[in-house]
Amino acid sequence: MSIYVNKDTKVVVQGITGNEGKFHARQCIGYGTRVVAGVTPGKGGQKMDEVPVFNTVGEAVKETGANASLIFVPPPFGADAVMEAADAGISVIVAVTEGIPILDMIKVKHFLETKNCRLIGPNCPGIITPDEAKVGIMPGNIHKKGNVGVVSRSGTLTYEVVDQLTKKGLGQSTCIGIGGDPVNGTSFIDTLEAFQADPETEAIVMVGEIGGNAEEKAAEFIKENVTKPVVGFVSGLTAPPGRRMGHAGAIISGSSGTGAAKVEAFRKNGIHVCENLGKIGEICLEAF
Amino acid sequence: MKIHEYQAKELFKEYGVPVPQGAAAFSEEEAVTTAQSLGGWPVVVKAQIHAGGRGKGGGVKLASGEDEVKSLAAQMFGMNLVTHQTGPEGKEVKKLLIEAGQNIEKELYLSLLVDRETACVVIMASRAGGMDIEEVAEKTPEEIIRVYVNPLMGISPYQLREAAFGLGLPSAAMKPFMKLLNNLYDFFVKNDCSLVEINPLILTSEHEVLALDAKVDFDSNAMFRHKELAELRDLDEENPLEVAASKYNLNYINLDGNVGNIVNGAGLAMATMDIIKNAGAEPANFMDVGGGATAEMVENAFRIILSDDKVKAVLINIFGGILRCDIFANGVVEAAKSTGLDIPVVVRMEGTNVEEGKKILAESGLKLTSADDLTDAAEKIAAAVN
Repeated sequence: MSIYVNKDTKVVVQGITGNEGKFHARQCIGYGTRVVAGVTPGKGGQKMDEVPVFNTVGEAVKETGANASLIFVPPPFGADAVMEAADAGISVIVAVTEGIPILDMIKVKHFLETKNCRLIGPNCPGIITPDEAKVGIMPGNIHKKGNVGVVSRSGTLTYEVVDQLTKKGLGQSTCIGIGGDPVNGTSFIDTLEAFQADPETEAIVMVGEIGGNAEEKAAEFIKENVTKPVVGFVSGLTAPPGRRMGHAGAIISGSSGTGAAKVEAFRKNGIHVCENLGKIGEICLEAF
Repeated sequence: MKIHEYQAKELFKEYGVPVPQGAAAFSEEEAVTTAQSLGGWPVVVKAQIHAGGRGKGGGVKLASGEDEVKSLAAQMFGMNLVTHQTGPEGKEVKKLLIEAGQNIEKELYLSLLVDRETACVVIMASRAGGMDIEEVAEKTPEEIIRVYVNPLMGISPYQLREAAFGLGLPSAAMKPFMKLLNNLYDFFVKNDCSLVEINPLILTSEHEVLALDAKVDFDSNAMFRHKELAELRDLDEENPLEVAASKYNLNYINLDGNVGNIVNGAGLAMATMDIIKNAGAEPANFMDVGGGATAEMVENAFRIILSDDKVKAVLINIFGGILRCDIFANGVVEAAKSTGLDIPVVVRMEGTNVEEGKKILAESGLKLTSADDLTDAAEKIAAAVN
């Protein structure tokens, strides 16, 4: 078991003929992911290596039975690509694209409420179930199959955490990056709920950052609903207010979204707090 | 992207959001002629910088005649305006807004922004205008009216009424207020704003509803579809190193400390700043070269960091995923050679092609200290500056 993706997941890559799309589609295939189709409007009928390319996601689904999508299209077309995938009946949509305007995203969010699908991202590294499927841009080789579920708002920071876990012998059930934008598809809470229900996941690492109140809400949820041990880390404790730290969502506005408030919420709700990223592997080893 | 009050008010006018009569002035003479053209006294002289709290800092003054306008303008041009938002170093005033004075009956608060949780545009309004809204929210939250607008539906008349009745407006002001709010919502969504704040929105004794102040921030991710707005960017208001970084698509923020740092990925970059601080040193910046950085971007990042005089040592922390360590190492070597590096540099690399990367650095002949892990890196960098 795992969450959201596994060895049976059939992936369509939207934007497969672009530089990024091509590179990462190959990486995913190399990892063993079943990439069954690609989509680039106007390039239907071509092939990217052995992968058939279609003009629309609808066609790709009909011809190949794809049930997950990995999106690499440029930001101006990102929202459209997500809606196309949702309309075509894709059940897990991973949007890697960084820089989708927020007013596009809030419309997408309301549109998705009418569809039966899950959006991961945007502005995220994607999701990986080690040794089964990698639907994203993370380096596959640092992962190891196991029982720790990892959920994070960031990319390379997640790799750092996973790398330490693997080096300490702690394998992962599924690792998911939910993205650094203020409005995203899958939340910490969605993921925590899924990890709690997944028999293979025995412990959870949650990596947050400054901005918004998703970590605080997740902490309250954990207290009420999660029985598995959770280690939490918050990035940006020393960030000054009012400055956007790279991610559109990572900004302390007024008195909300500070790292200190998030750490406090973690503590209050029984989450093991990691204050020094360099030691997160050790802390997990002790806590789990 | 932030813009000045005078620019925001020009845009408001185009969208039918009433503002006081006035115009920007870039010299003392212009300030006087503008004041004369307003056809009455007093006028208000307002310093234009990208920060709030200008009134308390002495950047907003009334003038009741030409001489006073002239002397106020002379005082304000070139003054270093310090407010709670500028930091202690303040900001130099280079532009003024000259406006007709108003007979204020009532001050209100009105803002629009995106609510993360509901994915709606939220309208916030309050009778407690002119005050710090954070303070109002904390002390008397019931004073703030929130109306959530579904972006697929747009704003409906009942929502305009909800805000208008909530503010307890006198009947003469109801229609003008609802029209203003409707137009303001239109302005917000058509221009991809991330924040529009009017504090205060005033009712005049002539029963007008006017935006006395205007704070507008655009979603920088949406600027590709608003080429005309790009012209409103004022580079004077930004840190020159940050402007240089933005040219190369680098996420860079200048801070007060002396440890420069280069990291790939925003989350890891923030965590690296935290680690530097935990080790007893202060970060001089936030620098995210991005997951897909090229050798050239790394070189530019390095050059920008080194051109900051405060920087006494540099910590490089790279987790090679998409960005391979050998590519990164080449960028560092090129930059170090072309800038004549003379301060300590600690490098911590991990991930794809890390051995090749380490080899490139070791064989470069540069004085680089390598670190085994994050904790080691933090200790070494703190030792270098302390």
